[in-house]
Amino acid sequence: MTQSVLQIVLRHAEKAGAKRVTQIDLTIGDFSSIVDDSVQFYFDILSQDTIAESAQLVFHRVPGELRCWDCQATFAPDGRSYVCPGCGSVRVQVVAGREFRVDSIEVE
Amino acid sequence: MKVPVVERILSANDRLALENQALLDTHGVLGVNLMASPGAGKTSLIEATIDALGGRLRLGAVDGDIATSLDADRIAARGIPAVQINTGGSCHLDANMLKNALPTVPLDDIDLLLVENVGNLVCPANFKIGTHFNVIIASIPEGDDKPYKYPPMYTGVDVLIINKIDLLPYLDFDLDYFKHGVAVLNPDVVTFEVSCKTGEGISAWAGWLAEQVAQHRAER
Repeated sequence: MTQSVLQIVLRHAEKAGAKRVTQIDLTIGDFSSIVDDSVQFYFDILSQDTIAESAQLVFHRVPGELRCWDCQATFAPDGRSYVCPGCGSVRVQVVAGREFRVDSIEVE
Repeated sequence: MKVPVVERILSANDRLALENQALLDTHGVLGVNLMASPGAGKTSLIEATIDALGGRLRLGAVDGDIATSLDADRIAARGIPAVQINTGGSCHLDANMLKNALPTVPLDDIDLLLVENVGNLVCPANFKIGTHFNVIIASIPEGDDKPYKYPPMYTGVDVLIINKIDLLPYLDFDLDYFKHGVAVLNPDVVTFEVSCKTGEGISAWAGWLAEQVAQHRAER
């Protein structure tokens, strides 16, 4: 996964004629199983001797969000159930939290 | 200087997955990716599926494992071609691993390829491998809170198999609570309740698989 981030970053950095990548902005939904510290850890190892070496990864977390079909309320999952806290309906769907992408890079 | 990127992180893997699917399509093989936590019954389900479909369809298996070939050996003992992928410690299969294994699978001699992923309820969800269907096997002893604790695994699958259903009377497993968690994440999932031990529900699952194989062949 981290390898994939690095490939994307290097490709876009080269296209932009960059000498160095200083920052990488990622958007990660809470329904994606990603641990920020691990990704930075592996990135530091994988990016050695590339122009992205020692770049800072910035994680923009998107909290999981559910919407109730019955009362249209949106709410955050409480980790135990997916029942609407407003009306008690069980007819709910995920509307945010599945994001998983590189948004932009800062280069010199 | 800020450079906009906006690219899905696993797009390279997804491209390879599409290549795998194209290769399977060329040979008229339907691919099915079986994912589950360790001990949920992935290998047992493959064995039961072979027993149910062996006379009707030609099956093959690819078995992802961290180090051993225990599972592939069990499947090969049923007399079907079984290829082992040792992931060398990696906790999931990715499209590239399957791509490297496919040339050793006799694709012209099989109709259905069952791919057993590494036992893990977190990582395999993120990696498409190029199969036509993604299946998650949940089992009663794991507990009914798994869709709430591991939502990604339940989100991207086409089929949910609830295994060890024969244990339901003995354990505190609320089937409605479990199913509701899955329905929220994945309203269109096709569900089968089975027991690989007693054979309950296996014919429904096997029948569905045989239908998908026939349909896939008709679409070619």
